[in-house]
Amino acid sequence: MGEIPLLEVQGITKRFPGTLALDSVDLRVGYGEVVAVIGENGAGKSTLMNILAGVLLPDEGTIHLDGQVQAFASVKQAHAAGIALIHQELSLLPNLSVAANLYLGREPARAGWINKRTLRTQALKYLERVGLKCDPQTLVAALPIGQRQLVEVARALASNARLLIMDEPTSSLAEEEAEVLFGVIRELQERGVSVLYVSHRLREVMSIADRVVVLRDGRITGRLAQESVTRDEMVRCMIGRKVNRIYTRKRNEPGPVVMRVEGLVTRSTKKRSLSFCLHEGEIVGLAGLVGSGRTELLRILFGVDMPKSGLVTVAGRPVELKSPHHAIAAGIALVPEDRAKQGLILDMSTQPNLSLGALYRHYLGWKLLDRTWENSVTKGMVGQLNIQGVQAGKPTRHLSGGNQQKVVLGKWLTLHPHVLLLDEPTRGIDVGAKQETYKAIDELAARGMAILLVSSESDEIIALSDRVLVMQDHTIVGELDHTELTEKALMQLATGTVHKSPTEEESIGEAA
Amino acid sequence: MKKLFGILGVLVAVFVLTAILEPNFLTAYNLQNTLRWTGLFGIISIGAAFVIITGGIDLSTGSVIALVGVLVPMLLVDVGMSLVLVLLILFGILLTMGIFHGVLVTKLNLQPFVVTLCGLLIYRGLARWLAGDQTQGFGSAFDGLRQLAIGRIPIAGDFGLPIPFVILIVLAFLSAGFLHGTVWGRYLLALGHNEEAARFSGINTSRMITVAYVIGVMTAGFGGLLFSLDVNSIQPAVHGNFYELYAIAAAVLGGCSLRGGEGSIFGVVIGAAVLRLLYNAINILGIPTQLEFAIIGTVILVGVSTDEIVRRLAARHELKTTRDT
Repeated sequence: MGEIPLLEVQGITKRFPGTLALDSVDLRVGYGEVVAVIGENGAGKSTLMNILAGVLLPDEGTIHLDGQVQAFASVKQAHAAGIALIHQELSLLPNLSVAANLYLGREPARAGWINKRTLRTQALKYLERVGLKCDPQTLVAALPIGQRQLVEVARALASNARLLIMDEPTSSLAEEEAEVLFGVIRELQERGVSVLYVSHRLREVMSIADRVVVLRDGRITGRLAQESVTRDEMVRCMIGRKVNRIYTRKRNEPGPVVMRVEGLVTRSTKKRSLSFCLHEGEIVGLAGLVGSGRTELLRILFGVDMPKSGLVTVAGRPVELKSPHHAIAAGIALVPEDRAKQGLILDMSTQPNLSLGALYRHYLGWKLLDRTWENSVTKGMVGQLNIQGVQAGKPTRHLSGGNQQKVVLGKWLTLHPHVLLLDEPTRGIDVGAKQETYKAIDELAARGMAILLVSSESDEIIALSDRVLVMQDHTIVGELDHTELTEKALMQLATGTVHKSPTEEESIGEAA
Repeated sequence: MKKLFGILGVLVAVFVLTAILEPNFLTAYNLQNTLRWTGLFGIISIGAAFVIITGGIDLSTGSVIALVGVLVPMLLVDVGMSLVLVLLILFGILLTMGIFHGVLVTKLNLQPFVVTLCGLLIYRGLARWLAGDQTQGFGSAFDGLRQLAIGRIPIAGDFGLPIPFVILIVLAFLSAGFLHGTVWGRYLLALGHNEEAARFSGINTSRMITVAYVIGVMTAGFGGLLFSLDVNSIQPAVHGNFYELYAIAAAVLGGCSLRGGEGSIFGVVIGAAVLRLLYNAINILGIPTQLEFAIIGTVILVGVSTDEIVRRLAARHELKTTRDT
């Protein structure tokens, strides 16, 4: 490694309010080298990629490209220097042709008129390079998702990219499509193109990467050369963080089964259907990496999306989850992931937000609003959940994130649901509010509610759960009791390093 | 509430200014006329407001007015049906049209603009075809019924309160009660602000949006009945032309946001009154009537811009005070 590498990053540090996202990270990528960056959710992978691609500016540190110092102030500059970011969410315009997408913003043109013939021959050249046999005139919308990914790669090549940054490129690909992508990566490698490959799929990383860099809490905790890349070694580097006892709760003796899910098949189901059950007074963690299907499962249980098949029973009765109001009527409530979009009416004040979910059964004659009830519920919830900053007529937009989340939670508490689904309930809220949220969740469980908790923070899952279901690839791959809950055990299940699941999924139901 | 004062200020200003410039403005006859037209346009504006509150728009109002305008006299006079039967048929047709709009918007996910634009074209075409482009009217019959549109309740001397205006006030109170006092009204406001969050709160948003379109068509149809009784000479090709734009303008002037979620019924009523007052002022002050649209357009633009500027200043002020504390 004596010669100058293509990319050399030294001491990159990035702070966000409240967190140190990257802590003096060093990284080298040689010409034609494939380097994988792995790490848990929130380890700092995306921040690093965004800095390299010019989306974010680092607070400290230097980036050298071909030995030259670079300071990318924009994506455009990084692009011009030969770095192309291929996003998790594809950034192609589906209503334009493949050729048009390849040259978007750089169309070969004379006096404003696009030279269609040059466009076509150029496009063909780069499509061939990624092994894509399709007419450049095809609309992107008509291509399957795997081929779109290849179009993205071709677009990066067409702009003379020398370093491709791929962020979870296979998360939406079928296995065969992923294989094609790997073939293309290997070929590019031979042509001297370097790839920075971000993934948490360890199996893929093992087959594609020359070297693996492991990030944890913004720091590099492992550098593995190809010979030493093993799953165990990767997992060892990814975890091993000090687990803070962020909250201590008394585990309750779970009561009878409240919700039973049997043989659920969703649109994303690849192999096995989903079955599990929730007991009264139990907090069940739902762990898994981003894209493992946790949010999708919650959306189905709340009636937002429809499953292909499967049976859900609540309190012994089968329920038809055709829409959120069916789910609510059956006693299921959801605190959604995106507070601003799905949780709250930001332009309305606290009172109508708190009462909105329960209005269907609290009203006077002629469907008149029951203001007395609304007032007392608001007063009660503001007191019970300690919601700060509430004023009559003040839009919830002006509350802090933690208080907004309490309003969303309070909305459902007025209904006393049997089952409470929580999707990342403490995302983006401060430490104090987190503690209060944990306490609230704990109290709800103690009062007999069954709680399904999705969280990307393993501390949270470990501290709160009586039991954890681990998801991978849209199915439940294992179950851990709170006595066997460790970060390592979670990580191993979530990344598919070990399998610990009942032999038949049905047996989960029977065990209950 | 603050918004209401703004538009009320505009109303008073136009009123006082016109009264000073032209004393004839204050004659009982002129005031009665303006109030009557305010009543007629106010009714259709309330319907437009309900649709706008859901974040949609109804462009079909004028054509619904034309269709009702030819249908009612034809059924009553030419076919000779009883009034009750005609009203029942009318109710059925309007209900179907409203549900049709709502279902296309919510289930087929078509844009409200497109759906109601097609409504505008279809209903106008039907009206002209049904009437064979011939002017329709009640003739000298149905004078009693026509009092709904042209009658007035005597108050003092020459002055009487026009019945359409009385109807508007009653309708406004009912609508405001519905919007701000019932569960359904709360649902409409909530989904207008954020349809996804409303759905995630268990609101059947498709049904509520359809209700709004039904209200829109119903008030247009009811207004259309009154308009036809008022003019008594309905030309299918032009009757009600542009009325949807008056209705939308009144709703916007009255504080409805086309982004949805915001609106006050009394604001809309005042908005309709401002528009009629401007129209009257243009006539009575001898301003060339060709300028009518230009003047109304300018007033709306100034009003809406002022509102936006005030809102931004208020937001900046609020940001400052929260930062200081």
